[in-house]
This record gives sequence, C-alpha cells and structure tokens, in this order.
Amino acid sequence: MIDTFAFNIPFASIFIMMISAILTPILPKKNRFPEKFSCYAIGTVAILSAYLLYSLSNSGQSLSFNFAMGHFPAPWGNELRAGPLEAVLSLVFCVAMLLSLTGNFDSTAEDIPTNRRQIFCVLVNLLMASLLALTYTNDLFTAYVFIEINTIAACAIVAVKESPETARAALRYLIMSLVGSGLVMISICLLYGLTGHLLMQNMHGAIQVLVTTKNYLLPLTVSLALITVGLAIKSALYPFAFWLPDAHGSSTNSSSAILSGLVLKGHIFILIKVFYRVFGLDVIHLLKMDTVIFILGVSAMVMGSVHAMKQNNIKKMIAWSSVAQVGYIFLGVGLNTVAGVAAACLHIIIHACVKPMLFTAAGGLSSVAGHKKGLHELMGTFYINRWAGMGLITGACSMMGIPAFAGFASKLSLTLSSFESRFMFWALAALATSSVLNALYYVPAVIVVLTHNKKTVSSSMGEYQPSKLYKFSMFVFLILNFYLGLFCVPLLRLITRGVNVL
Amino acid sequence: MLEKLFLNHYEAAAVILSGIGLTNLLLQRNLIKKIIGLNIMDTAVYLFLAAKGYVEGRAAPILLENGAGGWLRSSALYVNPVPAGLVLTGIVVSVSVTAFALALTLKVYEAYGTLNIDEALLKMTQEQEEIESEIENAEEKVLV
Repeated sequence: MIDTFAFNIPFASIFIMMISAILTPILPKKNRFPEKFSCYAIGTVAILSAYLLYSLSNSGQSLSFNFAMGHFPAPWGNELRAGPLEAVLSLVFCVAMLLSLTGNFDSTAEDIPTNRRQIFCVLVNLLMASLLALTYTNDLFTAYVFIEINTIAACAIVAVKESPETARAALRYLIMSLVGSGLVMISICLLYGLTGHLLMQNMHGAIQVLVTTKNYLLPLTVSLALITVGLAIKSALYPFAFWLPDAHGSSTNSSSAILSGLVLKGHIFILIKVFYRVFGLDVIHLLKMDTVIFILGVSAMVMGSVHAMKQNNIKKMIAWSSVAQVGYIFLGVGLNTVAGVAAACLHIIIHACVKPMLFTAAGGLSSVAGHKKGLHELMGTFYINRWAGMGLITGACSMMGIPAFAGFASKLSLTLSSFESRFMFWALAALATSSVLNALYYVPAVIVVLTHNKKTVSSSMGEYQPSKLYKFSMFVFLILNFYLGLFCVPLLRLITRGVNVL
Repeated sequence: MLEKLFLNHYEAAAVILSGIGLTNLLLQRNLIKKIIGLNIMDTAVYLFLAAKGYVEGRAAPILLENGAGGWLRSSALYVNPVPAGLVLTGIVVSVSVTAFALALTLKVYEAYGTLNIDEALLKMTQEQEEIESEIENAEEKVLV
C-alpha cells in the first residue's frame, strides 16, 4: 500500500506550483529572488515526484491509485490518478524544467528586462502546474482547462522577449494552438454527449458498450479524429508543425528549451491517455486511428529532418529537429502495442532531457559569438565555451542514435517494438532514413563548431566565460544523457509496468 | 435524414456555426477577424453544450420548495448541472484567450503597422534582408 504522504503528492505538486505562481509577483525583485524561488519550488516538486516514484515502484500489487478531489465519489467527482508512468514523467518534467531554467539563467537576464522577468517566472510556474495536471488528471474536462492554461503560458513565454519577431511568432503559435484546443473541446463535448461521463474510466466503460452494440460508431470516430487532430496540432505533428520553428527559434533560450522539451510532451501524453484510458487499444484499432497516427509520424520523421537541413539559424534547425523527434514518438504510439507505447514514452523522456540540453548549448555557443545564430558565425566557438560545445556534440550524437548516447536507447526500443507490428517494414525504413537525415544536418553543425578559426577566436570572442551555474547544468545534462543511454533497461521496465496499468 | 436535422436543430446550428468559426480562424488574413472567428467557434460549442444540457420541463438545479416548508429532492425534477458548469468554464477560458490574443495583435500592429498577418510576414522578411545586406556592406568596407 501507498502511505498517506505519497498518496497526496499528485495533488500537492500541482498545488505547490499554483501557489508559487501566485506568490512570485509579490516577492522582492532583488537578486533575482523570484526566479530562484521558482527554481526551489520546481526542485521541491521534483523531490516529491521522486518519492512518489520510489513508493510506487516498491508498492507491489497496487501500482496505481486514484485521488478524489473534494472527496466526491467516482462518477461525479474530479479525480487525479498516479501510476509509475505518471510519476516518472512528472519527475523528468521537473528536472528538465529546472535545468532549462538554471542553464539559461544568464541568457534570460540578457534577453528579458527585470520587471518582465517576474512575469516570466509566473508563466513558468503556471506552465509547470499545467504540465503536472495534464500528467496526473483523470478527467477530460480538467485536461481541457489545463491545456488552455498551458497554451496561454506557452505563448506568453515566447512573447516575453520583446521584439516584433517574437510577437508575430507568439501570435501565430496562439492561433494554431487555439484551433487545436477548439477541436479538443468540441470532441470532449461530443464524447460527453455520447457517454454521459467525463472521468476516463467511466467513459471507457460507456464506449465499450457503444462499440459492442455497434451504436453511434460514426460520432465516436468523428470525436476521436477531432481530439487526435487537435492534440496533434498542439504537439506539432508534421503537417500541423509550421508554427513551431518560428516560436521555438525566436524566443529566449530557456523558453525554447521548455517549449521543445516539455510543452509538446504534455499534449502527447494526454493523447496517449485518451487512446489508452478513454478508448482502449482495440477501439483505436477498430476506428483505424493508429494507422493515421503512424503515417503522420513517419512523414514527420522524414519531413522534419528535411526542413531542418534547409536552416541556417542553429535554433531553427534544432526546432525542426523537434518536429522529427515528435514523429518518432507518434510512430511508437501508432504501432498500437504496449511495447510501442512504452518505447514512445521512453522517447518522450529522452527527448525531454536531450532537447533542452541542445537549446542550452546552442544558446551558450551563440552568446560566445555575440548572440549571432547563423551556423557560419559559430565557427570555432567550441574552443571558447567547451561546456556548450560538449553539450551540442553529445546532443547531436544522441539525436543521430549513436550507441551509449540517450537517443540510441529509445531508437533501439522503437525498432524492437516495431518487429511485432504489421507496419514493420515501414517503421524500420523510416527509422533508418530519419537517422541518416539527422546526421546530415547535425554533423555539419558539429564540424562548424569544432573548426578552428584564429580570426574569430582571437578577436571578439576571447573574453567570454560561461558561469558556474551554466557549467553545472550542462554537467547534469551530460550525466543524464549518458545515464539514459547506458542504463535505460530498468527505466523501460518501469515504463512498461506503467503502460500496463494505464 | 432531414427529419433528424429538424429534430436536432440546435445541434445542427452549433455544427454550422463552429464550421463558420473554424474557417474564419484558419482562412482570414486579418487578425481581428481571426479572433472573431475563434469566438464564433467557442460560442457554437457552448450552444451545443447548453442544448444537450436542457431537458424539457425540468428546473434549474437549485432546490425548489414543496409548499409545505420542505424541499423537492427528486432528481427527476432538475437538469444535470454539469453541462452548465462546462459552459461557464469554457466562457472564462475563451475570454482570457481572446484578451491575450488581442494584446498580441496590438503588439504586432505596433511593430508592423498592419493587421494583415501576411503583410507582417512580408515586412519582417524585408527587414531581415535589409539588415543582412547592411552587414555585408559593412564587411566589404572592412575588407577594402
């Protein structure tokens, strides 16, 4: 059994982040205290999530539990639900968020003036609260409300860096996100009309009845399609991903890291929950949504990399690479097996650790080159900021899937899980093609950074020194990367257990 | 087919409205019109929910007096309060999203002097090209 302390952690972690969001605007601004306060709050939630994970993995039979909000019983009340998968995801989200904030502590100060930084902290706290709520919630309408909070906070952390480009990118991001959340809302209303429930397990029961009696199959398909497309827009699945490079490429480094590493993942996890807990894998297969997701995922893997190759701006290149990586996750979901979804969740975790590292590294390198982001302007920057250079090289190896780096673990498990699928050939072909394409744009970037260039090194770049906090964050990122690459088997086992009880 | 459409005329109207809203949100180039489209779409969903939540002959979910100093407690007398709650939550969300979108639109208008999203993009790329050509000119001068 779970002890009372661990039982309250899902609610407490959301509540801590909400309270922290409310407190930050009234804290004194001296010494960047609000930012430090938010970091401590996120760190606390990370420790709590780690404890929850520890007690869930030691609890034996009862691997998941429901937490009734306000103590109303199941069909009426609002519920949170926690299992090993939720616990490990919230731990990873907290750690990645914390490292994205600490790693870019200096560049945030350069990009955002003091009075706006306080608002930035509020937004980051709200974003973290909404991510935790999306991870833990067991109620579709609560999920919708937090999707909207997430949208507003995510668009605002793009716009918080004041420039015409970010305003335009944020507006574009907002409009696409609103199309997505509008579709999600219509779908939730249709599902509520069909099933009469909002809690996931009750909806699941009602949908099973509808499917076995073959009633209302068309409305069911329509609502599944609407919620899938809505969440696919928000998680930047390929044909709906054109807003992403602008938003992620133009914002400040910490925002880019948070958006690419975490915000996309929250929506993907909600989609996985809808597939697993609301519809069930059989119904998804019956309504053929797994095939659609699989095809879109494969096209994202290829097209994301093709677009990334055309970029000259290093941040936009990394942003397009996110589109390709989201394709990997959807490939795993589209395989529609437990192994496939577990591999997709592993890739969610690994990408949430690697992509913030890449953005932090790119930010470190471009601040050496006087905040220029063109690839040719970063020549030789490795020799000035070696920590950032290491981050870029490790991240690139990871994205290409070189053994011992994190990306290899998830690619391997995606490959293994595709063997038992009927799409085996296409999945393997897409994985191979996409790995080669990844190498085609990451290797040139690494070569440029490593090319020794006497002129630039001696002139403007010479004085730059990364701060201790930057070095420390990059060190933790590197450790995480190698840990995930070398010891992912226990993690994968834990995720598989989590998916089985989902 | 047509009978069903007339029977569910609220739902049919909601679907048509949300279609209008969605096409406006996606296809209009003027930002203000886009935001109006968003609001039409949201309102259509509220109409749908409100129509689903209404049951002919039942009262709002507030306890009624039975005339003898007590309350009428039978659940068959009242409608389900959840759809109304969902509509209220949705309205709050759409108000805040609209306010945020309008604020961003104001920023874009200040920066580019236009509400047309294509023109703004065009101006942005032109500005970037100008900056790049200036940098190139400066580099050439240094080389000379």
